Amino acid sequence: MESSSSTRQLLWFFAIAVCVKLLLIPAYHSTDFEVHRHWLALTHSLPLSNWYADETSPWTLDYPPFFACFERFLSIFAHYIDPQIVDLHNGLNYRANSAIYFLRISVILSDLWLLYGVCRLTKNADVKRRNLIWVLIVWSPALVMVDHLHFQYNGFLLGWLLLSISFLQEGKDLMGGFLFAVLLCFKHLFAVAAPVYFVYLLRHYCWKGLFRGFSRLSVLGAVVVAVFAAAYGPFLYHGQIQQVFNRMFPFGRGLCHAYWAPNFWVFYIILDKVFSFFLKKFGFSIQIPAASFTGGLVGDSSPFAVLPKISPSTTLIMVLLALSPCFIKAWTNPQPRMVARWIAYAYTCGFLFGWHVHEKASLHFVIPLAIVAVQSLEDAKHYFMLSIVSCYSLFPLLYEGQEYPIKVLLLLLHSILMWLGFSTKFTRASAPNTMVTAKKKGAQSKSIESSSPAAEKGGFTIGWVGKSYLLGLLLVEIWGQFLHPYLLGDKFPFVPLMLISTYCAFGIMYSWIWQLRWIISTT
Amino acid sequence: MGKKKEKKEINEKVDVEAVEIEDDTWWWLTHKGIGATFLCISVFALLVRVAVSLHPYSGAGSPPKFGDYEAQRHWMEITLNLPVLEWYRNSTGNDLSYWGLDYPPLTAYQSYFHGLFLRFFDPDSVSLFTSRGYETYVGKLLMRWTVLSSDTLIFFPAIFYFAFVYHSSCHSSRKNDCAWHIAMLLLNPCLILIDHGHFQYNCISLGLTVAAIAAILSQRELLASCLFTLALSHKQMSVYYAPAFFSHLLGKCLRRKNPIHGVAKLGLTVLGTFTVVWWPYLHSTDALLGVLSRLAPFERGIYEDYVANFWCTSSVIIKWKRLFSVHSLKFISLTATVLTCLPSMVQQVMAPSSRGFLYGLLNSSFAFYLFSFQVHEKSILLPLLPASLLALEERRPFKWLMFYGLFSMFPLLCRDKLVLPYFALHALFMLLYHAPCGHGGRPRNARPNNTKFDYFDSFKTFMNGFIYLSSFILHIVYLTMHPPEKFPYLFEAIIMLICFYQFALLAFYTNVKQWSLLEHSTTEEEKKLI
Repeated sequence: MESSSSTRQLLWFFAIAVCVKLLLIPAYHSTDFEVHRHWLALTHSLPLSNWYADETSPWTLDYPPFFACFERFLSIFAHYIDPQIVDLHNGLNYRANSAIYFLRISVILSDLWLLYGVCRLTKNADVKRRNLIWVLIVWSPALVMVDHLHFQYNGFLLGWLLLSISFLQEGKDLMGGFLFAVLLCFKHLFAVAAPVYFVYLLRHYCWKGLFRGFSRLSVLGAVVVAVFAAAYGPFLYHGQIQQVFNRMFPFGRGLCHAYWAPNFWVFYIILDKVFSFFLKKFGFSIQIPAASFTGGLVGDSSPFAVLPKISPSTTLIMVLLALSPCFIKAWTNPQPRMVARWIAYAYTCGFLFGWHVHEKASLHFVIPLAIVAVQSLEDAKHYFMLSIVSCYSLFPLLYEGQEYPIKVLLLLLHSILMWLGFSTKFTRASAPNTMVTAKKKGAQSKSIESSSPAAEKGGFTIGWVGKSYLLGLLLVEIWGQFLHPYLLGDKFPFVPLMLISTYCAFGIMYSWIWQLRWIISTT
Repeated sequence: MGKKKEKKEINEKVDVEAVEIEDDTWWWLTHKGIGATFLCISVFALLVRVAVSLHPYSGAGSPPKFGDYEAQRHWMEITLNLPVLEWYRNSTGNDLSYWGLDYPPLTAYQSYFHGLFLRFFDPDSVSLFTSRGYETYVGKLLMRWTVLSSDTLIFFPAIFYFAFVYHSSCHSSRKNDCAWHIAMLLLNPCLILIDHGHFQYNCISLGLTVAAIAAILSQRELLASCLFTLALSHKQMSVYYAPAFFSHLLGKCLRRKNPIHGVAKLGLTVLGTFTVVWWPYLHSTDALLGVLSRLAPFERGIYEDYVANFWCTSSVIIKWKRLFSVHSLKFISLTATVLTCLPSMVQQVMAPSSRGFLYGLLNSSFAFYLFSFQVHEKSILLPLLPASLLALEERRPFKWLMFYGLFSMFPLLCRDKLVLPYFALHALFMLLYHAPCGHGGRPRNARPNNTKFDYFDSFKTFMNGFIYLSSFILHIVYLTMHPPEKFPYLFEAIIMLICFYQFALLAFYTNVKQWSLLEHSTTEEEKKLI
C-alpha cells in the first residue's frame, strides 16, 4: 500500500517534469542533436559491421556498442514516424518537426530508466528524505539543461548507474557489478569509477576465503566478460574491433574541451600564462606556442610556454593517485553505505584531472551525490554549493538569448527548492519526527540521530565563505552577460567563459577536497 | 510544533497517519511561511511561462494581417512615433484599418513604454511603417520579455497580495491549502496560453483587478476603486467585473452611518483616476468620443468566430444577425446582460460579504461572457479569474470551468499552433490540481449546506462521464479529421455547444450558491472572512 502510493508520488514528480520538458521541445539544441539523429540513420541503414566504419557525416559513432544498439532500437520507431529521420544521406541535418519531436520525446521517455533507478534507490528511505532525493534528481536543472535543451541521453545512462548503486547498497554485489559492466558498454566515459568498483567488489564480494573467494571471483569475472563479449563480440567477429576502439578513444583531442571544463587544468593553464608573462617581463625569451590546449595533435608541440606539457598518461596517473585514498578505504573497510560516495568521488577525480573532460561530465557525480546529500547537515551544505556551481558551469552550453531566462530560472528554482528542503529537514525539532520515522523505518533512524545534534547547532546555514562565493558567482555572471559586452564590446570574447570556468573550478576543487576529507575521516 | 499539534486536534476525525504523510510530502515547501512558498511557486510559474513563450504566437508568419502579436507590436510603433492625440485617430501616420488601437489609454501608455524598451535594443522593430510584419528572433524575444516582465511586475505581486490577505484571514486554511491555491492562481493554463502563447497582455488588467479584489478583502476600498479603475482603463473587458465591484461597494456604503459620504469618496476616487489616465483626451469632446468609439467596435457584430456564449450558440437556430439590426441587438444584449447580473448584484447590495463578493465577480463576469455584445473566446479568462480565487471553496466547479474554458479555446490555439503547450499545460494543471496528498477531489471541505444541492451533484455525475469522454474524443477528432465540406466549422460548433452548456450550468450553480449565502447569518459570514 505504502509503496504503491510512493510510486504514484514519484510518478507525479516525474510527470510534472515531463510537462516542462515537453514545453521545452522547440528550444535550442546543440549539434549533439544532429549527432544522435545521424546515429539513428547510421544504425538503421547500415549493417552492424559498418557502424563504426562509416564516414557519411563528421559525426561518426563514438559510443560503445550497446548505445549503438539503443539507437538501433529507437530507429525502428523513428522509421515509422518519418522515414527521412533515419535516411543516411537525405536525412543529414534534417530538422523537421517530426525529427525534433521524435528525438526530444525519446529523451523524455528514456528518462523513465532514471526514474526506475531513483525509485529503487529510495524505496526504503523515509518519506522526507525520499521526497528530497526526488526533487534533487528528477527535477535536476543540470539534467534538464544537458538532456532536454542541449540534447543528450544522460538521464538514461545515469539510470543504469543509480540502479547499480542501489544493488550495491543492498549488498547484491554481483548484480551491481553486472549493471555497471552494462553501463560501460553504453558509455565508456563512466569507466572512471571502474577501479573503485574493482577494488570494492574484490574485497566485499570475492574476499571470502580461498575456495569460496575464487569461485565468486570467477563468477564475477564470467559475468563481466559475458557482458563485454555481448557488446564487442559481433565486432570482433567482423574484424572491426580495432576500428571500434579507434573511434571510442580519440586521443587526438586536446587536454581541454573547447570550453574549458572547470577542473584542475584550468589552474595549470593559467599558471602557465602567468609564468610566461612574468618571465617575459624579466627578459627571458619565451616562445608563445601556436598550438591551443583544446585541439591539435598531441606530441607535435607543447601548448604550454613554460610548464611541462601534459600527456594522457599523466592525467591517468593523476586520477589514480587522487583515487588512492578511496582504494585504501574500500579495501580496509568495504561498506555498502559508502559505495555511492566512493563512486561519486571517483567521477569527481576523473572530472578534475582527466583528459579532455567535458563540462557535462559533472553530472556523473552531482546526480549520485544527491543520494547522500540528505544524510547529514554537512552533506546538505556541501551538496548545496556543489549543485549550484556545477549547474552554473553548464550555463555556457546554452548561449542563445531565448534560453537565457530558462537556465537562470532553472538554477534559481533548484536553489530555492534545495534551500527550502534542506533548511526544513535540518531545523525541524527532531524529537517527534524521529519517533514517527523510527516507527516506520527502524533502519533509517541512524541518520536522523546524526542530524539532530546538528539541528541544535543552528541548522542549515551557509557560512560567510559560501555566501561570498555564491555572490561572486552572481558577479561573474553579471560581468559576462552585461558589463563585459557593454564595457569592452567584442574585445576578449573568451574572458567571460574563462572567468566562469576558473571560478567554478574553485567550487569543484572545494567539493573534491570536501569529499576526500569525508572519505578519509569516516571509518 | 505547537501549531502542528493544534492542527492534529482539529483533524481528529481524519486518520492521523494520513495527516502525517500529507504533511510530509510538502512540509519542506510550506514550513517557511507564505513568502517562501510563494517565491518557490512563482519561480516555477515563471519558468513555465518562459517555456511557453518559446512557441509560436498568433499570426506568426502569416501576412498580410498577422495576428495579435503584430497588433501589439503595431501599437508600440504607433504610440512611439505619433503624438498622443493621433493614437486613436485616422491620419497619414496612423491607418486605423491596420490594427488600429482599440484598447483604452492605459494600454496605449503601456505600449509606449514597451516600445521604448524595444527601440533601445532593436530600433527596426518599432520604426513607423517599415516595421509592419516585423518578425525576427530578437524581435520575438523582446516582445515576449515585455509580457513576462508585465506578468512578473503586476500579476505576481497582485496574486501575492491576494493570497496573503485571503489566507491570513482564513481561519482553517492549512499551509498545504495555501500552497495549492497559489499554484492554482499562478499556473492558470488559459491565462498562460493566451498571454505567453497567443500574445496578449491580460496579465496587466487581470493583475490590477486581483489587486483591487485583495484591497477590498482587506477593507481598503479607496485603493480598490482606484486599482479597478486602472484595470478598466487598461482593457475595457474589465467591465465584466464592474457590477460586482459596484454592488459590493454600494452595499457596504449603505450600511455605514453616512452612506452618501462613502459613495462620494469612492466616486471621486474613480473620477480622479479616470481623469489622470484619460487626461490627454479630455480637452475636447471630439477626442474623447473618438477614443470611446474605438473601444466599442459594434460594427463587428454580436459575436465573432465560435464563442461559447448564448448569442453564438443560439444562432444555430435563430439567426440573430439577420433578424435584428445592430442597434436593436445592442439593446437586447444589454438587457439580457443586466438581467443576468441583477440577482448577484441585489444579493451584494443586500448583504455585502467578502465571500459573496467573490461569487458576485464570478456571476457578473459569467453574465457578460454569456450575454454581452461582441464576446471573444479569450473572454473566458474573466470568469476564470474569480473562479480560481474561489478555488479552495469551489474545487470541483473550478476544475470543471478550467477544463471547458481550455476546451473552448482549443480551436483558437490550434490555429496558433499551440497544440503542444495546450496539452502540456492542461496536463500540468491536472497534475497540480491532483497533487499527491493535496486535494484531488477529496471532499474535505464538504459543507453541510452542500447537501441542498444534491440533485445537482447526481445530475452532474450522470452527465459528467459522457461529456468528459466526448470532449476527449473531440480533441482527437479535431486534430486528426477534416470536417465535411458542407459544414467546414462543424467541430467548432460542437465544441461551442458543449462548452456553452457547461458554462450555463456553472453560471446557474454559482448564482444559486451566492444566494444561498444569504441564508447564513451575515454576522457569521463577516467573522469568517475578514
